[in-house]
Amino acid sequence: MSVLTIAFYAFAISTIAGGLFTVIGRNPVHSVLWLILAFLSSAGLFVTLGAEFVAMLLIIVYVGAVAVLFLFVVMMLDVDFAELKAEMAKYVPIALLIGTVLLMQLALAFGAWEYGDGALERVAARQGDQQNTAALGLLIYDKYIMLFQLSGLILLVAMIGAIVLTLRHRQDIKRQDVVAQMMRDPAKAMELKDIKSGQGL
Amino acid sequence: MIGIEHYLTVAAALFVIGIFGLFLNRKNVIILLMSIELMLLAVNINFVAFSAFLDDLVGQVFTLFVLTVAAAEAAIGLAILVCFFRNRGTIDVENVNVMKG
Repeated sequence: MSVLTIAFYAFAISTIAGGLFTVIGRNPVHSVLWLILAFLSSAGLFVTLGAEFVAMLLIIVYVGAVAVLFLFVVMMLDVDFAELKAEMAKYVPIALLIGTVLLMQLALAFGAWEYGDGALERVAARQGDQQNTAALGLLIYDKYIMLFQLSGLILLVAMIGAIVLTLRHRQDIKRQDVVAQMMRDPAKAMELKDIKSGQGL
Repeated sequence: MIGIEHYLTVAAALFVIGIFGLFLNRKNVIILLMSIELMLLAVNINFVAFSAFLDDLVGQVFTLFVLTVAAAEAAIGLAILVCFFRNRGTIDVENVNVMKG
């Protein structure tokens, strides 16, 4: 067995194990950690396919941003997860049934599958000994610039939406009022009293 | 020798695990969102596998866009979840139908 074969099987097994334990885990924090394992090992799978840029992006975006976001939300919300998990056993039969049916459908499609006529024409083959990242950059910033900008727009909308949804202006706490601070002048803030000696105020 | 069939099998298994998780965790939205992420990851593996074996980089370009949409979806989904939890004090999605007319 070559190194590539061993690497493929190691990454494939840990991807599937990570996915499975994400789904059946009892503790959501453990689920997120298993999800991170699945993402990291599928990044390994991408490296074995020669797609280094997408692999690194997967680690940065999924492990660095999405998984941390999940972890943050899981830890921030004070949820009784045991109660939510209590009815899990009830759904196991239907989940298994649907999973099996879907797997069989995929296997059927897989058995009858062959390449279409135009599929082998290599729309954007890599030229010469170009690096994966350089070749992807030439495609994204040239042919797919419109889609690239649109995906930026999607991220902007998601960002604004998330901020609007979660921002909460609480009324019942003391706040710093910068304008009031700056408009304050000594004449109004201080009162000078002339106190005679021997007498109090 | 590792062929495209191996990668497709891994992706199919991951996708089915994602579906399985959707049905298994009917109440816990956080795990539901994670299952959706797993399904999108399976799709990405398919894209990259075909891209590598057909020597056509467009598959990887599309993977980038799937990744973008997945990140946006996770952010919005979790924001809605936080909002829902603030209002209801639970993340049990069986009660989400309170808005029905």
